[in-house]
Amino acid sequence: MIRWTLWVPLALFLLFCGVAAYQLTQPKDEFIASTMIGQPLPEFDLRAASADRPGLATRDLRDGQPRLLNVFASWCIPCIAEAPQLEALRRQGADIAAVAIRDKPEDVARFLANYGNPYSRIGADDLSELQLAIGSSGVPETFVIDGQGVIRYQHIGDIRASDVPVLLQKLAEAK
Amino acid sequence: MIAELGLAALWLAAALAALQLVAGALALREGGAELAALVRPAAIVQGFLAGFSFLMLLVLFAQTDLSVKLVAMNSHSEKPMIFKLSGSFGNHEGSMLLWVTVMALAGALIAAVERRLPEKTMLATLAAQSFVGIGFYAFLLLSSNPFERLPVPALEGMGLNPLLQDIGLVFHPPTLYVGYVGLSVAFSFAVGALLTRQVTPDFARAMRPWVLGAWIFLTLGITAGSYWAYYELGWGGWWFWDPVENASLMPWLAATALLHSASVLASRDALRTWTIMLGVVAFSMSMVGTFLVRSGILTSVHAFAVDPERGTFILGLLVIYIGGALLLFALRAGTISEGERFSVTSREGALVFNNVMLSAILGIVLLGTLYPLLTEAFDVRVSVGPPYFNPVGAIFVVPMLLVMAVGPLLRWRKDSLTRIRLPIAIIGGALLAALILVSLLSSVSILPLLGLVLSIGLAIASFMPIRGRKLRLLPIATWGMMIAHFGIAVALFGMASESAFSEETLAAVEVGGSADVGDWNVVLTEVRPTAGPNWTALEGRMMVSYKGGDAKEIDPQSRNFWAPPQETTESALVTRWNGQLYAVIGRQAGEGRWQLRLWWKPFVTFIWYGGMLVALGGLLALIGRLMADLKRRSIKSRVAGRRAETAV
Repeated sequence: MIRWTLWVPLALFLLFCGVAAYQLTQPKDEFIASTMIGQPLPEFDLRAASADRPGLATRDLRDGQPRLLNVFASWCIPCIAEAPQLEALRRQGADIAAVAIRDKPEDVARFLANYGNPYSRIGADDLSELQLAIGSSGVPETFVIDGQGVIRYQHIGDIRASDVPVLLQKLAEAK
Repeated sequence: MIAELGLAALWLAAALAALQLVAGALALREGGAELAALVRPAAIVQGFLAGFSFLMLLVLFAQTDLSVKLVAMNSHSEKPMIFKLSGSFGNHEGSMLLWVTVMALAGALIAAVERRLPEKTMLATLAAQSFVGIGFYAFLLLSSNPFERLPVPALEGMGLNPLLQDIGLVFHPPTLYVGYVGLSVAFSFAVGALLTRQVTPDFARAMRPWVLGAWIFLTLGITAGSYWAYYELGWGGWWFWDPVENASLMPWLAATALLHSASVLASRDALRTWTIMLGVVAFSMSMVGTFLVRSGILTSVHAFAVDPERGTFILGLLVIYIGGALLLFALRAGTISEGERFSVTSREGALVFNNVMLSAILGIVLLGTLYPLLTEAFDVRVSVGPPYFNPVGAIFVVPMLLVMAVGPLLRWRKDSLTRIRLPIAIIGGALLAALILVSLLSSVSILPLLGLVLSIGLAIASFMPIRGRKLRLLPIATWGMMIAHFGIAVALFGMASESAFSEETLAAVEVGGSADVGDWNVVLTEVRPTAGPNWTALEGRMMVSYKGGDAKEIDPQSRNFWAPPQETTESALVTRWNGQLYAVIGRQAGEGRWQLRLWWKPFVTFIWYGGMLVALGGLLALIGRLMADLKRRSIKSRVAGRRAETAV
């Protein structure tokens, strides 16, 4: 064996130690932002999910007004929990559009009758196509969309009372 | 009082390790011979003290002594006894104590029974073992004291992570640790041999049983861990390429390579430096794995108490031990002669080829595990998973398996393929037949197809060494090799079949409704609440039948533990000879419907049967070696006895 090759393992190991030592000094940030932030919404045109609200299309989210886009379903229990917070957001001036995932019109109507209807528009996403296209992996989730139809923020999970000011601020920033 | 006893024993053990190191190192020099007598007793007493210390920790957990911080943080008075005991190593401090205990006991065992090594190498080996031990004692005593008391005793403990409250997890960590840390013996042997430059076939024969023992435990530990993840985590997968899984696989790969290269060294006095290198690498992989898991530097499902300060401490230990050993290797390996030469077509040639392949696989797994660490330095977040590991690993696994089928048929030193053309033709025929059969029967993607075909070829090939030999005269160690190789084939068949033929059904079912998966029909008959010692659960009662046969009841649960609060899925399994039905009950989907997740996984159990066969093969090889050894010893003593008689 050639002499210098005997030093290769040690050199590789020290390289590893160097990288590891550097990483140990770096603050660990577990938060990973969605790569969809800053991306325009895909083109879509969804039928209305319930009788008393219009459906939802990309052009509705490009009219210059920032909105919240709430992804929900009547069969989702955390969606019931966040209903009062959505109502609070609406009262404080947020315009909320919604997408109902894999739902039937009568179920949506019953859900809205029971837990309130803060939405201005509700589109029906029967095959989760839009949901997947905007990088949402579950219900409920809430997006901030600026007036040009670009995704600015994504909130995963139900909205707690403490999240309301955060969402309002993100909405104001999206103007 | 018990905590203080444990702590005192730990300090004494550390002091004895220091004595063992100093006496061993001085005894190696000129004029230090009288100190040599201290080394073995020091190692044995150190083993006892560390064992006693760990026993005290077990007692504290058994009594749920809530004045001890570790118990209060990880146990709970209402937990079943077996999980109280397993809670002692289900945390950072306790598992580090288990680590040093295994290490000290291994050192004590060498000191007590190993008689084949030259005395100087033996002293150097024990000194090296205690040198490594001291670092881990320091780590425990200075930054992770398991016996720390609380200023005010807690009223109740915080409980153990419910995922760990499972019988599989009672045995998995200790088994894995014996394997992991047992490899420290190989490390110390390698360092000892480098110090004295005595790398001989005798050295390899002395090292082999120790490596074999650690390797058996490692094999069992990985097999058990994989099965636990499969049935407890509830997503039906059996290997995730998670950093912690890789951390257990890498020492196994290195130890497997080491076993085979030690065989070459023992039988043919070749591959001296290579064997030494693998001895160093195997335990280094254990230590690197521990560092990766506990420093929190990589994100993993096995989130231990993560602490950068501990990470710095362990990194320091790595630099001293691995860096030191590799430095010694670089300085000394050049002065160790290469040993015997051999031709490419020979037993050694095949073993060397597979050693290179195993090392390449090890390199690939290591690279994949560390890659996120590298890219994060440039602020790029990636996670590396099956799309990298499976195909890239296969590039080396496939040729390795082919050579593994033929290698055991070759003779040592020099052989020709024409001599074994008949067995090669049989194996080749089997491979071809399997290839045609599988591709005709179903459309399978390339990797599972290769897996199925190779596993069938290898299963037949693994028993070929019987050909033309008397069964009764076949050494036990050879049986061990054949069974271990057959086990690899069995496990491979299970893996390939699982990935090729699994069927999955996701359904929302009302009580009384049914769902189909594969040839199974599943009827949800009832959903009822039920309770255990420290949890409540929703239990789904299902009647399942295979191909319209007799119905059988299974009861998967969704459990809620209250200390600490956490939800776990308890999957229900129905095992047939040809596979497993895997059922999970999820949340209520509204309108009285329940989410069911069902899998039919043909031959999935072969994965773990295979793992157990590999371990059994290792056990037989170990027994064979030890028996041969005892025989040799008794012959030697008889010869010596006769010589003494004739001299008189």
